[in-house]
Amino acid sequence: MKLIIAYVQPEKLTAVKQELYKREIFKISVTNALGCGQQKGYTEMYRGVDIEVNLLRKVRIEIAVNEDFIDSTIEAILVGAGTNTIGDGKIFVLPVEQCIRIRNRDTGSTAIG
Amino acid sequence: MKIQKYAMVVVFLIVGTSMAFAADVGEELALHQQALDMIWLLLAAALVFFMQAGFAMVEIGLTRAKNAGNIIMKNLMDFSAGSLVFWAIGWALMYGTSFGGLFGTSQFFIQGADTTLFRDWMFQVVFAATAATIVSGAMAERTRFSAYLIYSVVISGLVYPISGHWIWGGGWLSSLGFHDFAGSTVVHSVGGWAALAGAIVLGPRIGKYVVTGDGIMSKAIPGHNLPLASLGVFILWFGWYGFNAGSTLSGTDATMATVAVTTTVAASAGSIGAMAVSWIKFKKPDVSMSLNGALAGLVGITAPTAVVTPIGAIIIGGIAGLLVVVSVEFIDKRLHIDDPVGAVSVHGVCGVWGTLAVGLFGATDDIRGLFYGGGFGQLGVQALGVLSVGVWVLLTTGVLFLVVKKTIGLRVGHHEELAGLDLSEHSTESYSGFQIFTTM
Repeated sequence: MKLIIAYVQPEKLTAVKQELYKREIFKISVTNALGCGQQKGYTEMYRGVDIEVNLLRKVRIEIAVNEDFIDSTIEAILVGAGTNTIGDGKIFVLPVEQCIRIRNRDTGSTAIG
Repeated sequence: MKIQKYAMVVVFLIVGTSMAFAADVGEELALHQQALDMIWLLLAAALVFFMQAGFAMVEIGLTRAKNAGNIIMKNLMDFSAGSLVFWAIGWALMYGTSFGGLFGTSQFFIQGADTTLFRDWMFQVVFAATAATIVSGAMAERTRFSAYLIYSVVISGLVYPISGHWIWGGGWLSSLGFHDFAGSTVVHSVGGWAALAGAIVLGPRIGKYVVTGDGIMSKAIPGHNLPLASLGVFILWFGWYGFNAGSTLSGTDATMATVAVTTTVAASAGSIGAMAVSWIKFKKPDVSMSLNGALAGLVGITAPTAVVTPIGAIIIGGIAGLLVVVSVEFIDKRLHIDDPVGAVSVHGVCGVWGTLAVGLFGATDDIRGLFYGGGFGQLGVQALGVLSVGVWVLLTTGVLFLVVKKTIGLRVGHHEELAGLDLSEHSTESYSGFQIFTTM
């Protein structure tokens, strides 16, 4: 069992969801995130005055998967969010010790799948 | 003899003073008439101007947060640019000396204007801006800002004034007896048809129509602020009392009370009609459809408002409310034309309906509709007006949008559209500090 966490550009969320859907991965959690990577930020304008925005708006995606779905999930995120430009984001893969479905107390792979 | 002489003097005095008195009264009355007209028309103009705020709020509320600032800019600039061009050439084309009933040819830059003409210009410029701003809604969330500015100047300066001249400026339609009291056709249909041309040339927003195995599927792109949209509808309804009742063009014409009543009941019937239809069709009374229904009723009653009874107005408004729901569904699910706020349905379809309704429900001696024993005459003239204005606007704005598309480009790029026009076109955010960006 792995937890896949990805930070992607907000406008790429729909594309990522579509790619996941194509690979039959339907379970996903999404939160707004602010962050700063190599991209360093960009400039906005307000009444003619520059604003340095260094915390960029990103979307954080979390997907817990069983072993046989790890590669296809990563592939979906890479295809959906990748534009080969700085700021596309990152993917982290973490081991998961346990997973419990609250409704019926299923555990392990059953609970994830 | 002496007494007779005295009597003559007395008679002369009486006659003389009363004649002088009569002249005074006449002058006094004219002055009062002038003052009342001036006050009423300027007040009504201010009410109609406030409708700009209503249009902006409706459009912002029914679209996504990432484009709100761009919509403010469009609504601010279509009035600002539109009023200057209406001053320069719009008024002249609409109300100048007629050239064969087709367009006006004098009073460019409203030259030689007195206060009366200033008053009339003020009342007309807010109508021209209303026609222009309708289009903004149908083209929301994907139009290049510079392209929008060009379009806006052309419709306020050229398209609207010329068809307006046919009907309100003493042109060929008005001499046929075409009746459009406050502008179902002159203002709303013109805006609605231009919106249709714009939405077709522009194409749908990204993600609006998805091609699946069984054909094209229409996806909802929900607006981000329903309270703002409803505030906009109430502002529009409020402003409509200036739009319709002000169109008596006189502060002493008591018809304004009739107009205010028919306007009110038609708008109410419109929102109830739309609510009922949406309740039956979608199982729940839909909020944004009911809001559109109120506007549909208002657009529908705009042409016939002065010549129908309250019962006629309720029927007209109710049918408009029904029409708007059916039309929004048809344009979205069948024609696959993306109109984020339903501008084509509200202003185009219901504008047509209101104009035809004059020929059906007209109940005065001058304008007698089919249902009140007037035969098909008036209805025919109304239909001719609807058709000719529709063809004129679709042709001119269609060409205009195509030319803009081929030259500077009508639409923003793929990435700009996804990131939102606030950031890509204006480099600013409308809701700085709020976390609402996953809705992109």
